Amino acid sequence: MNLRIKHLLGLENVSREDINTILDTAFSFREVLDRPIKKVPTLKGVTVANLFFENSTRTRISFELAEKRLSADTVNFSASGSSLAKGESLRDTIQNLFAMKMDVVVMRHPTPGSVKLLSRFVDAVVINAGDGTHEHPTQALLDIMSMKEKLGSIEGLNVAIIGDIRHSRVALSNIYGLKTMGANVLLCGPPTFMPYDVESLGVKVTYDLDEALAFADVINVLRIQRERQGKGLIPSMREYRNVYGVTQQRLSKLKRPITIMHPGPINRGVEIDTDMADSEHSIILHQVLNGVAVRMSILYLLAGGR
Amino acid sequence: MNFKTRSQLMDETALRRTITRLAHEIIERCKGIDDVAIIGIRTRGEFLAKRIAKKIEEVEGKPIPVGVLDTVMYRDDYRMKKQLPATEITEIPFDVDDKILVLVDDVIYTGRTIRAAMDALMDFGRPSAIQLAVLIDRGHRELPIKADYIGKSVPTARNEEVKVHMKEFDGRDEILLVEVTE
Amino acid sequence: MEKKAIKTAILFKGAQIVDPFNDRIIEADLLVENGKIKKIKKAIPESESKEVVNLKGFHITPGFIDLHVHFREPGYENSETIETGCRAALAGGFTQVCCMPNTKPAIDNRETVRFIFEKSEDELVNVYPIAAISKDRKGEELTEMAELADAGAVAFSDDGSPVVNGQMMRNALEYSKITGRPVINHAEDPSLKADGLMNEGRVSTQLGIPGNPPIAEEIMIARDLIIAEFVNGRIHIPHVSTAGSVELIRRAKAKGIAVTAEATPHHFSLTDEYMRSFDANGKVAPPLRTEKDRQAIIEGLKDGTIDAIVTDHAPHVIDTKETSLDLASFGMIGLETAFSLAMTHLVHTGKLTLMELIKLLTIKPAKVMNLHLPPLKVGEVANLTIINTREWWVFGRQNIYSKSFNSPFIGNEFNGRVKGLYAKGHYITF
Repeated sequence: MNLRIKHLLGLENVSREDINTILDTAFSFREVLDRPIKKVPTLKGVTVANLFFENSTRTRISFELAEKRLSADTVNFSASGSSLAKGESLRDTIQNLFAMKMDVVVMRHPTPGSVKLLSRFVDAVVINAGDGTHEHPTQALLDIMSMKEKLGSIEGLNVAIIGDIRHSRVALSNIYGLKTMGANVLLCGPPTFMPYDVESLGVKVTYDLDEALAFADVINVLRIQRERQGKGLIPSMREYRNVYGVTQQRLSKLKRPITIMHPGPINRGVEIDTDMADSEHSIILHQVLNGVAVRMSILYLLAGGR
Repeated sequence: MNFKTRSQLMDETALRRTITRLAHEIIERCKGIDDVAIIGIRTRGEFLAKRIAKKIEEVEGKPIPVGVLDTVMYRDDYRMKKQLPATEITEIPFDVDDKILVLVDDVIYTGRTIRAAMDALMDFGRPSAIQLAVLIDRGHRELPIKADYIGKSVPTARNEEVKVHMKEFDGRDEILLVEVTE
Repeated sequence: MEKKAIKTAILFKGAQIVDPFNDRIIEADLLVENGKIKKIKKAIPESESKEVVNLKGFHITPGFIDLHVHFREPGYENSETIETGCRAALAGGFTQVCCMPNTKPAIDNRETVRFIFEKSEDELVNVYPIAAISKDRKGEELTEMAELADAGAVAFSDDGSPVVNGQMMRNALEYSKITGRPVINHAEDPSLKADGLMNEGRVSTQLGIPGNPPIAEEIMIARDLIIAEFVNGRIHIPHVSTAGSVELIRRAKAKGIAVTAEATPHHFSLTDEYMRSFDANGKVAPPLRTEKDRQAIIEGLKDGTIDAIVTDHAPHVIDTKETSLDLASFGMIGLETAFSLAMTHLVHTGKLTLMELIKLLTIKPAKVMNLHLPPLKVGEVANLTIINTREWWVFGRQNIYSKSFNSPFIGNEFNGRVKGLYAKGHYITF
């Protein structure tokens, strides 16, 4: 039952066996969330620090809720990246916090690798809540859990990830997790949103949304960051919507339903239309609920074994 | 860990008879089965609960609600173990308020599982009473907990274990007293 | 490190003497008297010197030259000083180094050039300043290159700040015709580099780290070579890191353009695979590239496209390295490890002969910046490095003499080791 991993830094090197354990455990915690009293004493006496060096409402609330549902004690530290003055050592900041003896640290940081750096400096379980453009493993796990819940099995599933792949930690973690679980992954978006030689990750690429929709059992639609527009990676949000927006019109061309996912927050009317995001085939709200369950599962499996 | 069998506590027939008796005792003590539900504690308590419920249905002519409870999330001792126990899904598909809940487990030993189970049940609502049925009471209680329905009381040593085998899980019905040898 | 002043004579017995001037290795004894080579021959009697050192199995080479170090003084003395930098240089077998002008103030005026010479006067290592191309390295106004050259600047560079403006680069290369000193441009197109933190390639894709593409370097080198050819200027390409760059330089040399080039040990020892550790010690400019690039650099060192091995020794205090990758400084220290990395990755692997390596550390860099390298001849100044080419050893913190410890090689096992030096009347051992 013990996971092979000691920290959750990313899904790149997490085995199928570990992912299955995390998902199975998550489904058992998911049941707790349906009870009148949605709380179990499992992590009583465990202290969890939530270190958020970047704004995040959804992920932070989901983690906090998961911790509280497990009866862990929580402390929160939030600082935007800019308030960490240049030259100030991340290590110092963290070691100060750690003089206070935390068992678990959940960390969000704008720079790839910062969470791994943290795991080298502290004697605690470290969970990556998103580090820059690197990984966001709990998001991918909740995505995979939601696909499994809806469609039964991941093996052989055709999943299309649509949007800004290059700047997306959600995409990278999903690719790693889905490949490990045996899914076929197709990426779709403009070439300026594709990282160098992305096929080397074992995925296929198309620049044509209709082709991606024709392929997919599930589409995971990524949020388009408005700042990308200014950098010239896409000429305009309007054009993006016309070429890559998931609309009723696009989906109605297909003869079969596709499961629709989105990691949120949604730019309604840009990457996806409101009626599609709210349709019967959308599992976006399940993703949110499963997010709490998956995070409870990770916390139990990593902190419980300490 | 290795085990050496000391004695057979029950064979298939004895187990069947014990389950029949426990079912009758529950009906008798609760004066019928209105507002009574059975909750099995995973793993083998689940199968035991289902067998008792079936027997009760045979006798009373109507079904009795059965739930399954996983106590891992409520345990206070899982962190002392080398292997982290797997959590399983708890299924209590009925309202527990104002019901007599009969908890069912295979063996009662320290009482800690039952303590965890009672804590869990309280989070589902406010039962009018919780009772406890076990197949084997092997003594050595660490908490003030006592079973209401007992299949068999067996004095044991600390280095012994009661091994319950049930068809649904182990492929056969048999209860053994074994000695743990390193 | 032990430094012993030799008042009269010292006799080195039984060493293999590597003479890159004449392309030969001979076993002989070498007698130094009053700082000069008195005799090189077999079986010099021990009675001729009070100090006798048995060097059987070791090699003696001319003191190494490093064309590219950062000694941080003036301005950033918390990470290195000329004194500590010289200590690190000795530990690496170097007796002559050229230091980059990214100091504070920058080496863009005669006073600072003089400061470098004065500050290093008593050191056993000769330190030569490379002066800035533009005032305060801002790429806006040329420095007084002719006068700086007269004051002793051996080359011109804005170091880490690329000369983006083509006209500025042209003017600097025009001036190189007066000074005769090479112009060195950090070859990186800032718009293509963007927010890159490592080489853009498969590994950056796998790690989700913003990439700095090889084309950012190659485009700048291509431009500079075209300008150098047009104005007939003298250009030196620093820390070549990509296969494409090696090819551009190879073709330029074939065309007769006055170009020389250098490569660092980390670019021929490590690849972007190192970044899987997310360790900021692997964050360098230009970034660690791919295996294909690494092999191309080795090929360039072998066929003469690349003229010198340089360390780009870049000390940084730990705080600026043990931080997130975006905030971490670029660069690693390199003086202490250069020779051993070269031995391990170039000679031990059979890519280069020992003689080829020693040339890349001595006569070839001397030629690039026109430095005087005393030949191994009777009557010449003795400036010697003693090496053991067979030793295997593990590099540790205790082997670092720099003020900073930002090396990704701590704990690595190396072949070949610098055992001692003779410089300016001192015998140094470790």
